[in-house]
Amino acid sequence: MFTVISRIVHYGFTNFWRNGWPSAATVAIMVVALMGFLGLIFFNVITGQAIISVQDKIDISVYFKTNTPEDEILSIKQSVESLSEVKSVEYVSADRALEVFKENHKDDPTISQAITELGNNPLVASLNVKARQPDQYASIAQYLQAPNLARWVDNVSYSKNEVVINRLVAIIENVNRGGLILTIVLALIAGLVVFNTIRLAIYSSRDEIGVMRAVGASNSLVRGPFMVEGVIAGVLSAVVSIIIAAPITYAVSPYFNVFIPGLNIFRYFYTNLLSLFGYQLIFGIGVGVLSSFVAVRRYLKN
Amino acid sequence: MIAFQGVYKIYNSHSTALEDVNFRVNPGEFISLVGRSGAGKSTVIKLLIGEEKPNRGRIFFGQYEINKLNDKDLPPFRRHIGIVFQDFRLLAAKNAYENVAFALEVAGRPQREIADLVPQVLDMVGLGDKTKNFPHELSGGEKQRVAIARAMVHRPEVIIADEPTGNLDPFHAAEIIDLLKKINQLGTTVILATHDRDIVNAVEKRVITLDRGRVIRDEEGGRYILV
Repeated sequence: MFTVISRIVHYGFTNFWRNGWPSAATVAIMVVALMGFLGLIFFNVITGQAIISVQDKIDISVYFKTNTPEDEILSIKQSVESLSEVKSVEYVSADRALEVFKENHKDDPTISQAITELGNNPLVASLNVKARQPDQYASIAQYLQAPNLARWVDNVSYSKNEVVINRLVAIIENVNRGGLILTIVLALIAGLVVFNTIRLAIYSSRDEIGVMRAVGASNSLVRGPFMVEGVIAGVLSAVVSIIIAAPITYAVSPYFNVFIPGLNIFRYFYTNLLSLFGYQLIFGIGVGVLSSFVAVRRYLKN
Repeated sequence: MIAFQGVYKIYNSHSTALEDVNFRVNPGEFISLVGRSGAGKSTVIKLLIGEEKPNRGRIFFGQYEINKLNDKDLPPFRRHIGIVFQDFRLLAAKNAYENVAFALEVAGRPQREIADLVPQVLDMVGLGDKTKNFPHELSGGEKQRVAIARAMVHRPEVIIADEPTGNLDPFHAAEIIDLLKKINQLGTTVILATHDRDIVNAVEKRVITLDRGRVIRDEEGGRYILV
Protein backbone atom coordinates (compact mmCIF):
# COMPACT_ATOMS: atom_id res chain seq x y z
CA MET A 1 0.00 0.00 0.00
CA PHE A 2 2.74 2.41 1.00
CA THR A 3 4.81 1.52 -2.09
CA VAL A 4 1.78 2.15 -4.31
CA ILE A 5 1.13 5.57 -2.78
CA SER A 6 4.76 6.61 -2.89
CA ARG A 7 4.95 5.50 -6.53
CA ILE A 8 1.79 7.40 -7.41
CA VAL A 9 3.23 10.56 -5.83
CA HIS A 10 6.56 10.00 -7.53
CA TYR A 11 4.92 9.50 -10.97
CA GLY A 12 2.80 12.60 -10.40
CA PHE A 13 5.83 14.77 -9.72
CA THR A 14 7.97 13.43 -12.57
CA ASN A 15 5.07 13.64 -15.05
CA PHE A 16 4.30 17.19 -13.99
CA TRP A 17 7.94 18.19 -14.38
CA ARG A 18 8.53 16.40 -17.68
CA ASN A 19 5.31 17.64 -19.30
CA GLY A 20 6.77 21.14 -18.81
CA TRP A 21 4.66 23.19 -21.22
CA PRO A 22 1.27 21.56 -20.77
CA SER A 23 1.77 21.73 -17.01
CA ALA A 24 2.73 25.41 -17.20
CA ALA A 25 -0.30 26.12 -19.39
CA THR A 26 -2.61 24.39 -16.92
CA VAL A 27 -1.12 26.36 -14.03
CA ALA A 28 -1.46 29.61 -16.02
CA ILE A 29 -5.15 28.95 -16.71
CA MET A 30 -5.70 28.04 -13.07
CA VAL A 31 -3.95 31.23 -11.95
CA VAL A 32 -6.36 33.24 -14.10
CA ALA A 33 -9.31 31.33 -12.65
CA LEU A 34 -8.04 31.78 -9.08
CA MET A 35 -7.48 35.50 -9.67
CA GLY A 36 -11.10 35.68 -10.75
CA PHE A 37 -12.07 33.79 -7.61
CA LEU A 38 -10.02 36.20 -5.49
CA GLY A 39 -11.65 39.10 -7.34
CA LEU A 40 -15.05 37.71 -6.32
CA ILE A 41 -14.02 37.58 -2.69
CA PHE A 42 -12.91 41.21 -2.91
CA PHE A 43 -16.10 42.17 -4.71
CA ASN A 44 -18.10 40.73 -1.83
CA VAL A 45 -15.93 42.53 0.72
CA ILE A 46 -16.27 45.83 -1.14
CA THR A 47 -20.02 45.62 -1.60
CA GLY A 48 -20.38 44.46 1.99
CA GLN A 49 -18.40 47.46 3.22
CA ALA A 50 -20.32 49.79 0.91
CA ILE A 51 -23.61 48.48 2.24
CA ILE A 52 -22.46 48.93 5.82
CA SER A 53 -21.38 52.50 5.19
CA VAL A 54 -24.67 53.27 3.46
CA GLN A 55 -26.68 51.59 6.20
CA ASP A 56 -24.79 53.64 8.72
CA LYS A 57 -26.04 56.81 7.11
CA ILE A 58 -29.69 55.81 7.38
CA ASP A 59 -31.50 56.81 10.55
CA ILE A 60 -34.79 58.28 11.62
CA SER A 61 -35.15 61.26 13.88
CA VAL A 62 -37.93 61.93 16.33
CA TYR A 63 -38.45 65.66 17.01
CA PHE A 64 -40.10 66.58 20.28
CA LYS A 65 -42.39 69.47 21.03
CA THR A 66 -40.59 72.34 22.79
CA ASN A 67 -42.54 71.81 25.99
CA THR A 68 -41.41 68.20 26.43
CA PRO A 69 -39.51 67.73 29.68
CA GLU A 70 -36.09 66.11 29.36
CA ASP A 71 -37.09 63.29 31.75
CA GLU A 72 -39.86 62.35 29.40
CA ILE A 73 -37.52 62.30 26.43
CA LEU A 74 -35.04 60.13 28.30
CA SER A 75 -37.71 57.63 29.30
CA ILE A 76 -38.90 57.46 25.69
CA LYS A 77 -35.28 56.93 24.68
CA GLN A 78 -35.07 54.04 27.10
CA SER A 79 -38.24 52.43 25.81
CA VAL A 80 -37.06 52.79 22.20
CA GLU A 81 -33.70 51.27 23.10
CA SER A 82 -35.47 48.23 24.50
CA LEU A 83 -36.95 47.43 21.06
CA SER A 84 -35.21 44.45 19.51
CA GLU A 85 -34.95 46.14 16.10
CA VAL A 86 -33.08 49.15 17.45
CA LYS A 87 -29.31 49.26 17.25
CA SER A 88 -28.66 52.63 18.84
CA VAL A 89 -30.45 55.74 20.00
CA GLU A 90 -28.74 59.08 20.30
CA TYR A 91 -30.29 61.92 22.31
CA VAL A 92 -29.70 65.38 20.92
CA SER A 93 -30.90 68.08 23.30
CA ALA A 94 -32.11 71.41 22.00
CA ASP A 95 -28.90 73.08 23.28
CA ARG A 96 -26.74 70.47 21.63
CA ALA A 97 -28.68 70.86 18.37
CA LEU A 98 -28.06 74.58 18.49
CA GLU A 99 -24.36 74.09 19.09
CA VAL A 100 -24.07 71.78 16.12
CA PHE A 101 -26.08 74.16 14.00
CA LYS A 102 -23.86 77.10 14.96
CA GLU A 103 -20.76 75.07 14.34
CA ASN A 104 -22.02 74.09 10.89
CA HIS A 105 -22.83 77.66 9.93
CA LYS A 106 -20.07 79.62 11.68
CA ASP A 107 -18.76 80.90 8.33
CA ASP A 108 -22.13 82.36 7.39
CA PRO A 109 -22.50 85.73 9.19
CA THR A 110 -26.18 86.16 8.26
CA ILE A 111 -27.25 82.97 9.97
CA SER A 112 -25.06 83.52 13.03
CA GLN A 113 -26.49 86.99 13.35
CA ALA A 114 -30.05 85.76 12.94
CA ILE A 115 -29.55 83.22 15.72
CA THR A 116 -28.12 85.80 18.05
CA GLU A 117 -30.97 88.23 17.36
CA LEU A 118 -33.55 85.53 17.92
CA GLY A 119 -32.50 85.35 21.57
CA ASN A 120 -34.01 81.99 22.44
CA ASN A 121 -33.25 78.58 20.93
CA PRO A 122 -35.47 77.84 17.92
CA LEU A 123 -34.35 74.20 17.67
CA VAL A 124 -36.01 71.27 19.37
CA ALA A 125 -34.69 68.17 21.09
CA SER A 126 -34.59 64.94 19.10
CA LEU A 127 -33.67 61.27 19.16
CA ASN A 128 -31.65 59.70 16.31
CA VAL A 129 -32.62 56.07 16.00
CA LYS A 130 -30.65 53.49 14.02
CA ALA A 131 -32.10 50.09 13.21
CA ARG A 132 -30.18 46.82 12.99
CA GLN A 133 -31.58 46.11 9.53
CA PRO A 134 -32.70 48.77 7.07
CA ASP A 135 -36.07 47.10 6.53
CA GLN A 136 -36.91 47.57 10.22
CA TYR A 137 -37.32 51.35 10.03
CA ALA A 138 -40.96 51.09 9.11
CA SER A 139 -41.91 49.28 12.29
CA ILE A 140 -39.77 51.58 14.45
CA ALA A 141 -41.44 54.59 12.88
CA GLN A 142 -44.80 53.04 13.58
CA TYR A 143 -43.88 52.64 17.24
CA LEU A 144 -42.80 56.28 17.49
CA GLN A 145 -45.94 57.54 15.81
CA ALA A 146 -48.19 55.68 18.24
CA PRO A 147 -50.95 57.83 19.85
CA ASN A 148 -49.58 57.47 23.39
CA LEU A 149 -46.47 59.41 22.34
CA ALA A 150 -48.35 61.97 20.27
CA ARG A 151 -48.48 64.34 23.23
CA TRP A 152 -44.73 64.88 23.06
CA VAL A 153 -43.64 63.90 19.58
CA ASP A 154 -43.77 66.69 17.05
CA ASN A 155 -42.84 64.65 14.03
CA VAL A 156 -40.87 61.60 12.88
CA SER A 157 -38.54 62.03 9.93
CA TYR A 158 -39.33 58.62 8.56
CA SER A 159 -42.35 59.72 6.58
CA LYS A 160 -40.19 62.27 4.77
CA ASN A 161 -37.43 59.78 4.07
CA GLU A 162 -39.56 56.74 3.57
CA VAL A 163 -39.09 56.61 -0.19
CA VAL A 164 -35.32 56.99 0.03
CA ILE A 165 -34.98 54.41 2.76
CA ASN A 166 -37.12 51.89 0.92
CA ARG A 167 -35.13 52.40 -2.24
CA LEU A 168 -31.86 51.88 -0.38
CA VAL A 169 -33.25 48.75 1.20
CA ALA A 170 -34.18 47.42 -2.23
CA ILE A 171 -30.75 48.27 -3.67
CA ILE A 172 -28.96 46.59 -0.78
CA GLU A 173 -31.03 43.45 -1.16
CA ASN A 174 -30.39 43.37 -4.89
CA VAL A 175 -26.66 43.87 -4.48
CA ASN A 176 -26.54 41.04 -1.96
CA ARG A 177 -28.52 38.69 -4.13
CA GLY A 178 -26.77 39.74 -7.36
CA GLY A 179 -23.38 39.33 -5.70
CA LEU A 180 -24.24 35.81 -4.65
CA ILE A 181 -25.47 34.84 -8.13
CA LEU A 182 -22.46 36.49 -9.76
CA THR A 183 -20.15 34.64 -7.40
CA ILE A 184 -21.73 31.28 -8.13
CA VAL A 185 -21.82 31.80 -11.89
CA LEU A 186 -18.27 33.10 -12.19
CA ALA A 187 -16.88 30.42 -9.87
CA LEU A 188 -18.66 27.84 -12.00
CA ILE A 189 -17.19 29.29 -15.20
CA ALA A 190 -13.70 29.37 -13.68
CA GLY A 191 -14.13 25.76 -12.60
CA LEU A 192 -15.30 24.71 -16.07
CA VAL A 193 -12.39 26.45 -17.80
CA VAL A 194 -9.91 24.68 -15.54
CA PHE A 195 -11.75 21.38 -15.97
CA ASN A 196 -11.55 21.70 -19.74
CA THR A 197 -7.84 22.53 -19.67
CA ILE A 198 -7.10 19.48 -17.55
CA ARG A 199 -9.37 17.34 -19.70
CA LEU A 200 -7.39 18.33 -22.80
CA ALA A 201 -4.10 17.58 -21.05
CA ILE A 202 -5.39 14.14 -20.10
CA TYR A 203 -6.89 13.59 -23.57
CA SER A 204 -3.37 13.93 -24.96
CA SER A 205 -2.29 11.22 -22.51
CA ARG A 206 -5.00 8.73 -23.51
CA ASP A 207 -2.54 6.49 -25.36
CA GLU A 208 -0.30 6.42 -22.31
CA ILE A 209 -3.27 5.44 -20.19
CA GLY A 210 -3.98 2.62 -22.65
CA VAL A 211 -0.39 1.42 -22.37
CA MET A 212 -0.48 1.52 -18.58
CA ARG A 213 -3.63 -0.57 -18.60
CA ALA A 214 -2.16 -3.02 -21.11
CA VAL A 215 0.86 -3.51 -18.86
CA GLY A 216 -1.47 -4.29 -15.97
CA ALA A 217 -1.63 -1.04 -14.02
CA SER A 218 -4.60 -0.90 -11.67
CA ASN A 219 -7.08 1.95 -12.05
CA SER A 220 -5.78 3.75 -8.99
CA LEU A 221 -2.21 3.58 -10.25
CA VAL A 222 -3.30 5.09 -13.57
CA ARG A 223 -5.54 7.72 -12.04
CA GLY A 224 -3.42 8.60 -9.01
CA PRO A 225 -0.56 10.41 -10.75
CA PHE A 226 -3.00 12.63 -12.67
CA MET A 227 -4.65 13.57 -9.39
CA VAL A 228 -1.26 14.30 -7.86
CA GLU A 229 -0.58 16.54 -10.84
CA GLY A 230 -3.90 18.24 -10.12
CA VAL A 231 -2.80 18.87 -6.54
CA ILE A 232 0.57 20.28 -7.66
CA ALA A 233 -1.10 22.56 -10.20
CA GLY A 234 -3.61 23.68 -7.55
CA VAL A 235 -0.95 24.51 -4.97
CA LEU A 236 1.32 26.27 -7.48
CA SER A 237 -1.49 28.36 -8.92
CA ALA A 238 -2.72 29.34 -5.45
CA VAL A 239 0.78 30.55 -4.54
CA VAL A 240 1.25 32.39 -7.83
CA SER A 241 -2.16 34.05 -7.74
CA ILE A 242 -1.57 35.34 -4.19
CA ILE A 243 1.85 36.68 -5.20
CA ILE A 244 0.31 38.47 -8.20
CA ALA A 245 -2.64 39.77 -6.19
CA ALA A 246 -0.47 41.45 -3.51
CA PRO A 247 0.89 44.36 -5.59
CA ILE A 248 -2.45 44.76 -7.42
CA THR A 249 -4.44 45.23 -4.22
CA TYR A 250 -1.74 47.57 -2.93
CA ALA A 251 -2.05 49.69 -6.07
CA VAL A 252 -5.87 49.89 -6.27
CA SER A 253 -6.51 50.20 -2.54
CA PRO A 254 -6.37 54.07 -2.42
CA TYR A 255 -8.94 54.39 -5.23
CA PHE A 256 -11.50 52.30 -3.41
CA ASN A 257 -10.80 54.21 -0.25
CA VAL A 258 -12.03 57.36 -2.02
CA PHE A 259 -15.39 55.78 -2.94
CA ILE A 260 -15.97 53.92 0.26
CA PRO A 261 -14.43 55.55 3.32
CA GLY A 262 -13.10 53.11 5.87
CA LEU A 263 -12.36 50.46 3.27
CA ASN A 264 -8.74 49.45 2.93
CA ILE A 265 -8.48 46.52 0.55
CA PHE A 266 -4.79 46.06 1.01
CA ARG A 267 -5.14 45.90 4.78
CA TYR A 268 -7.97 43.41 4.33
CA PHE A 269 -5.73 41.38 2.01
CA TYR A 270 -2.84 41.57 4.42
CA THR A 271 -4.73 40.68 7.60
CA ASN A 272 -6.67 37.86 5.91
CA LEU A 273 -3.74 36.56 3.90
CA LEU A 274 -3.84 33.12 5.47
CA SER A 275 -7.54 32.52 5.04
CA LEU A 276 -7.48 33.94 1.50
CA PHE A 277 -4.60 31.62 0.67
CA GLY A 278 -6.59 28.82 2.26
CA TYR A 279 -9.59 29.54 0.01
CA GLN A 280 -7.31 29.63 -3.02
CA LEU A 281 -5.77 26.31 -2.03
CA ILE A 282 -9.12 24.67 -1.47
CA PHE A 283 -10.53 25.96 -4.75
CA GLY A 284 -7.35 25.20 -6.72
CA ILE A 285 -6.74 21.73 -5.34
CA GLY A 286 -10.44 20.90 -5.37
CA VAL A 287 -10.91 21.81 -9.03
CA GLY A 288 -7.58 20.25 -10.02
CA VAL A 289 -8.18 16.92 -8.35
CA LEU A 290 -11.84 16.67 -9.27
CA SER A 291 -11.16 17.51 -12.92
CA SER A 292 -8.39 14.92 -13.13
CA PHE A 293 -10.57 12.32 -11.47
CA VAL A 294 -13.48 12.86 -13.84
CA ALA A 295 -11.34 13.31 -16.97
CA VAL A 296 -9.37 10.08 -16.50
CA ARG A 297 -12.44 7.99 -15.77
CA ARG A 298 -13.52 7.64 -19.39
CA TYR A 299 -10.16 6.17 -20.37
CA LEU A 300 -10.27 3.49 -17.68
CA LYS A 301 -12.58 1.19 -19.61
CA ASN A 302 -11.03 -2.00 -21.16
CA MET B 1 -2.97 -23.36 -20.56
CA ILE B 2 -4.73 -21.16 -23.16
CA ALA B 3 -7.88 -22.38 -24.83
CA PHE B 4 -10.38 -20.86 -27.27
CA GLN B 5 -13.66 -22.81 -27.23
CA GLY B 6 -16.19 -22.03 -29.95
CA VAL B 7 -15.41 -18.31 -29.94
CA TYR B 8 -17.46 -15.91 -32.03
CA LYS B 9 -16.84 -12.19 -32.32
CA ILE B 10 -19.33 -10.18 -34.30
CA TYR B 11 -18.84 -6.39 -34.52
CA ASN B 12 -22.04 -5.83 -36.49
CA SER B 13 -24.28 -7.68 -38.90
CA HIS B 14 -21.91 -6.95 -41.81
CA SER B 15 -18.63 -7.88 -40.16
CA THR B 16 -18.02 -11.13 -38.37
CA ALA B 17 -14.47 -11.03 -37.06
CA LEU B 18 -14.27 -14.58 -35.67
CA GLU B 19 -16.41 -17.62 -36.33
CA ASP B 20 -16.22 -20.76 -34.21
CA VAL B 21 -12.53 -20.46 -33.34
CA ASN B 22 -11.08 -23.39 -31.37
CA PHE B 23 -7.48 -23.99 -30.39
CA ARG B 24 -5.30 -24.83 -27.40
CA VAL B 25 -1.87 -23.58 -26.49
CA ASN B 26 0.37 -25.64 -24.21
CA PRO B 27 3.00 -24.18 -21.87
CA GLY B 28 6.32 -23.48 -23.56
CA GLU B 29 4.94 -23.46 -27.10
CA PHE B 30 5.87 -20.92 -29.78
CA ILE B 31 2.84 -20.22 -31.91
CA SER B 32 2.66 -18.16 -35.07
CA LEU B 33 -0.79 -16.79 -35.74
CA VAL B 34 -0.91 -15.93 -39.42
CA GLY B 35 -3.37 -14.61 -41.94
CA ARG B 36 -4.06 -11.63 -44.17
CA SER B 37 -5.00 -8.28 -42.77
CA GLY B 38 -8.55 -8.57 -41.53
CA ALA B 39 -8.36 -12.36 -41.11
CA GLY B 40 -8.95 -11.97 -37.37
CA LYS B 41 -5.44 -12.10 -35.89
CA SER B 42 -5.80 -8.85 -34.00
CA THR B 43 -9.24 -9.84 -32.75
CA VAL B 44 -7.81 -13.07 -31.31
CA ILE B 45 -5.12 -11.00 -29.55
CA LYS B 46 -7.66 -8.47 -28.25
CA LEU B 47 -9.85 -11.23 -26.86
CA LEU B 48 -6.83 -12.89 -25.31
CA ILE B 49 -5.80 -9.76 -23.39
CA GLY B 50 -9.37 -8.91 -22.44
CA GLU B 51 -9.57 -5.74 -24.51
CA GLU B 52 -12.68 -7.11 -26.23
CA LYS B 53 -15.32 -9.61 -25.16
CA PRO B 54 -16.49 -12.49 -27.38
CA ASN B 55 -20.16 -12.69 -28.40
CA ARG B 56 -20.13 -16.43 -27.87
CA GLY B 57 -17.70 -19.04 -26.61
CA ARG B 58 -15.18 -19.20 -23.78
CA ILE B 59 -11.53 -18.23 -23.50
CA PHE B 60 -9.34 -19.70 -20.77
CA PHE B 61 -5.99 -18.60 -19.51
CA GLY B 62 -4.73 -20.73 -16.64
CA GLN B 63 -7.25 -20.27 -13.85
CA TYR B 64 -8.80 -17.20 -15.53
CA GLU B 65 -11.83 -17.31 -17.78
CA ILE B 66 -11.04 -14.17 -19.73
CA ASN B 67 -14.49 -13.59 -21.21
CA LYS B 68 -15.83 -13.20 -17.66
CA LEU B 69 -13.27 -10.71 -16.33
CA ASN B 70 -14.55 -7.22 -15.47
CA ASP B 71 -12.68 -3.90 -15.56
CA LYS B 72 -11.30 -4.42 -12.08
CA ASP B 73 -9.99 -7.93 -12.64
CA LEU B 74 -8.19 -7.08 -15.87
CA PRO B 75 -5.06 -5.36 -14.43
CA PRO B 76 -4.04 -8.27 -12.18
CA PHE B 77 -4.74 -10.73 -15.00
CA ARG B 78 -2.57 -8.75 -17.42
CA ARG B 79 0.38 -9.03 -15.08
CA HIS B 80 0.52 -12.70 -16.09
CA ILE B 81 1.15 -11.82 -19.70
CA GLY B 82 3.58 -9.63 -21.60
CA ILE B 83 2.35 -7.77 -24.64
CA VAL B 84 4.41 -6.45 -27.56
CA PHE B 85 2.62 -4.18 -30.03
CA GLN B 86 3.36 -3.23 -33.62
CA ASP B 87 3.57 0.46 -32.64
CA PHE B 88 5.74 -0.24 -29.55
CA ARG B 89 3.46 1.70 -27.17
CA LEU B 90 6.18 2.89 -24.87
CA LEU B 91 5.42 5.62 -22.34
CA ALA B 92 6.79 8.76 -23.98
CA ALA B 93 7.45 10.55 -20.70
CA LYS B 94 9.56 7.72 -19.32
CA ASN B 95 13.05 6.64 -20.36
CA ALA B 96 13.98 3.08 -21.34
CA TYR B 97 14.78 2.04 -17.78
CA GLU B 98 11.54 3.51 -16.39
CA ASN B 99 9.44 1.97 -19.15
CA VAL B 100 10.73 -1.48 -18.25
CA ALA B 101 10.56 -0.78 -14.53
CA PHE B 102 6.92 0.28 -14.90
CA ALA B 103 5.82 -3.30 -15.60
CA LEU B 104 7.29 -4.31 -12.24
CA GLU B 105 6.04 -1.24 -10.40
CA VAL B 106 2.43 -1.91 -11.42
CA ALA B 107 2.81 -5.37 -9.92
CA GLY B 108 3.93 -3.81 -6.65
CA ARG B 109 7.43 -5.29 -6.70
CA PRO B 110 9.92 -3.78 -4.26
CA GLN B 111 12.36 -1.13 -5.45
CA ARG B 112 15.45 -3.24 -4.79
CA GLU B 113 14.22 -6.06 -7.00
CA ILE B 114 13.42 -3.57 -9.75
CA ALA B 115 16.87 -2.00 -9.57
CA ASP B 116 18.29 -5.52 -9.91
CA LEU B 117 16.14 -6.91 -12.69
CA VAL B 118 15.71 -4.02 -15.11
CA PRO B 119 19.40 -3.57 -16.06
CA GLN B 120 19.72 -7.33 -16.52
CA VAL B 121 16.82 -7.48 -18.94
CA LEU B 122 17.92 -4.37 -20.83
CA ASP B 123 21.35 -5.98 -21.15
CA MET B 124 19.74 -9.10 -22.51
CA VAL B 125 17.97 -7.18 -25.29
CA GLY B 126 21.22 -5.36 -26.04
CA LEU B 127 20.32 -1.92 -24.66
CA GLY B 128 22.54 -1.88 -21.59
CA ASP B 129 24.02 1.44 -22.72
CA LYS B 130 20.74 3.21 -23.51
CA THR B 131 18.86 2.87 -20.24
CA LYS B 132 18.52 6.64 -19.79
CA ASN B 133 17.29 7.34 -23.35
CA PHE B 134 13.70 8.40 -23.92
CA PRO B 135 11.65 6.65 -26.65
CA HIS B 136 12.03 9.55 -29.09
CA GLU B 137 15.81 9.14 -28.82
CA LEU B 138 15.67 5.47 -29.89
CA SER B 139 15.38 3.82 -33.32
CA GLY B 140 12.41 1.64 -34.21
CA GLY B 141 14.32 -1.57 -33.53
CA GLU B 142 15.57 -0.24 -30.21
CA LYS B 143 12.07 0.84 -29.17
CA GLN B 144 10.75 -2.63 -29.93
CA ARG B 145 13.55 -4.15 -27.87
CA VAL B 146 12.60 -1.92 -24.94
CA ALA B 147 9.00 -3.09 -25.42
CA ILE B 148 10.14 -6.72 -25.36
CA ALA B 149 12.21 -6.07 -22.25
CA ARG B 150 9.11 -4.57 -20.64
CA ALA B 151 6.99 -7.54 -21.73
CA MET B 152 9.37 -10.11 -20.24
CA VAL B 153 10.80 -8.40 -17.15
CA HIS B 154 8.06 -9.60 -14.83
CA ARG B 155 8.58 -13.19 -16.05
CA PRO B 156 5.10 -13.66 -17.56
CA GLU B 157 3.84 -17.09 -18.50
CA VAL B 158 3.02 -15.87 -22.00
CA ILE B 159 4.34 -13.18 -24.29
CA ILE B 160 1.88 -12.02 -26.91
CA ALA B 161 3.40 -10.17 -29.84
CA ASP B 162 0.99 -8.48 -32.26
CA GLU B 163 2.84 -7.76 -35.55
CA PRO B 164 5.99 -6.81 -33.60
CA THR B 165 8.00 -6.46 -36.82
CA GLY B 166 5.37 -4.55 -38.79
CA ASN B 167 7.18 -1.23 -38.47
CA LEU B 168 10.73 -2.57 -38.81
CA ASP B 169 13.10 -3.28 -41.70
CA PRO B 170 13.97 -6.98 -42.38
CA PHE B 171 17.27 -6.78 -40.50
CA HIS B 172 15.76 -5.44 -37.28
CA ALA B 173 12.74 -7.69 -37.74
CA ALA B 174 15.00 -10.74 -37.71
CA GLU B 175 16.66 -9.43 -34.53
CA ILE B 176 13.30 -9.15 -32.80
CA ILE B 177 12.26 -12.66 -33.86
CA ASP B 178 15.57 -14.03 -32.59
CA LEU B 179 14.87 -12.37 -29.25
CA LEU B 180 11.41 -13.93 -29.07
CA LYS B 181 12.86 -17.36 -29.87
CA LYS B 182 15.45 -16.89 -27.15
CA ILE B 183 12.74 -15.97 -24.63
CA ASN B 184 10.78 -19.04 -25.72
CA GLN B 185 13.83 -21.27 -25.18
CA LEU B 186 13.94 -19.98 -21.59
CA GLY B 187 10.49 -21.49 -21.09
CA THR B 188 8.03 -18.68 -21.84
CA THR B 189 5.10 -19.36 -24.15
CA VAL B 190 5.14 -17.02 -27.15
CA ILE B 191 2.19 -16.14 -29.38
CA LEU B 192 3.30 -14.23 -32.44
CA ALA B 193 0.71 -12.69 -34.75
CA THR B 194 2.15 -11.73 -38.13
CA HIS B 195 1.47 -11.60 -41.85
CA ASP B 196 5.18 -11.74 -42.76
CA ARG B 197 5.83 -14.91 -44.78
CA ASP B 198 9.62 -14.88 -44.36
CA ILE B 199 9.41 -14.63 -40.61
CA VAL B 200 6.94 -17.48 -40.26
CA ASN B 201 8.94 -19.74 -42.52
CA ALA B 202 12.14 -18.95 -40.60
CA VAL B 203 10.61 -19.72 -37.20
CA GLU B 204 9.57 -23.28 -38.10
CA LYS B 205 7.18 -23.75 -35.20
CA ARG B 206 3.46 -24.40 -34.87
CA VAL B 207 1.42 -22.20 -37.21
CA ILE B 208 -2.27 -21.38 -36.84
CA THR B 209 -3.66 -19.89 -40.01
CA LEU B 210 -6.76 -17.71 -39.94
CA ASP B 211 -8.86 -16.77 -42.92
CA ARG B 212 -12.02 -14.67 -42.75
CA GLY B 213 -12.41 -15.33 -39.07
CA ARG B 214 -11.96 -19.09 -39.19
CA VAL B 215 -9.02 -21.33 -38.33
CA ILE B 216 -8.23 -23.02 -41.64
CA ARG B 217 -4.95 -24.71 -40.73
CA ASP B 218 -3.14 -25.62 -37.52
CA GLU B 219 0.08 -27.57 -37.94
CA GLU B 220 3.33 -28.20 -36.14
CA GLY B 221 6.48 -26.98 -37.96
CA GLY B 222 4.14 -25.27 -40.36
CA ARG B 223 4.77 -22.77 -43.10
CA TYR B 224 3.00 -19.69 -44.27
CA ILE B 225 0.54 -20.96 -46.84
CA LEU B 226 -2.34 -18.89 -48.09
CA VAL B 227 -4.20 -19.48 -51.29
